[in-house]
Amino acid sequence: MEDKPEGFEGPGFFATSLDKVVGLARKNSLWPLPFATSCCGIEFMATMASTYDIARFGAERPSFSPRQADVLMVMGTIAKKMGPVLRQVYEQMAEPKWVIAVGACASSGGIFDTYSVLQGIDRIIPVDVYVPGCPPRPEQILQGIMRVQDLAATESLRRRESPEYKALLAKYEIQ
Amino acid sequence: MGALTHSFITEKLQAKFGDKIGLVEEPYNLLTITFDRSILLDLLNYLYKEDDLGFTFLTDLTGVHFTSPEDILGVVYHLHNLPENVRLRLKTFFPKEDPYIDSATSVFMSANWMERETYDFYGILFKGHPNLKRILNVDDLGYFPLRKEYALEDPTRQDKDDSYFGR
Repeated sequence: MEDKPEGFEGPGFFATSLDKVVGLARKNSLWPLPFATSCCGIEFMATMASTYDIARFGAERPSFSPRQADVLMVMGTIAKKMGPVLRQVYEQMAEPKWVIAVGACASSGGIFDTYSVLQGIDRIIPVDVYVPGCPPRPEQILQGIMRVQDLAATESLRRRESPEYKALLAKYEIQ
Repeated sequence: MGALTHSFITEKLQAKFGDKIGLVEEPYNLLTITFDRSILLDLLNYLYKEDDLGFTFLTDLTGVHFTSPEDILGVVYHLHNLPENVRLRLKTFFPKEDPYIDSATSVFMSANWMERETYDFYGILFKGHPNLKRILNVDDLGYFPLRKEYALEDPTRQDKDDSYFGR
């Protein structure tokens, strides 16, 4: 059960800021897009399934279409040849969108210190949360989702219009 | 195994191609013949079409780079006579500065992708190949990664963040 946000309460009314209400709604209905290429993806399947169950965090529906997704979860080794595909998936997602890099390979290339592997997805798309591990346990992936929930809950409604955010995307030559 | 013995194959090839056939070895009982690249297509056609040879299946085709004693590139062909179940390995070597060899695609269609892969990783150029471009690596890789001229830990690499690895 979510705590209600800060605000003024009286008989028959409750007043708070729109940011907080929207943040509360977004936080508890994050639809993840699993971009799973290897063993971290198997851990994600466990995270989705009944024992760990990301539906408890509002991520009831894994969205296999980028247009309806809120969180891009990149799980596994991304080869350089896969890079443009990942970037296109990111570009197809609607704002607001967040990215979790799950596992060592997505975060840094991991053990694949080689010519054919992208050395961390943050070289092609901005990343909000990194989950360490090789592969991380489902609890760690849930922790990553909870950190994205924190970001979603406190994000200003104007952030995606801000010059800082536009500069970030421009740095990645997106748009 | 019938009449298709190693000595039979070797003698037949040596009679046909003379000194263009080089070293003949049998490591792990696999007949391995080194030849001069100029006879490649004649050799493959002969092995394919001659009735008592019948090597009609190209199992594998790959490249190799040796740095010592000489800096040479090579191409290795694995052929198979399916009815007799006899395998044959063919090798040819040439200097790295002159990485040209005829394409085997006119004899074996399956050489198409294997030659593209060999080009992709070793930069060996197959003359007469219908579509010689990279197949596995990104198009703008800019080098041939399995050549031995690159250090295992290349300090000039731009795509590696050393801070993750304590270097």
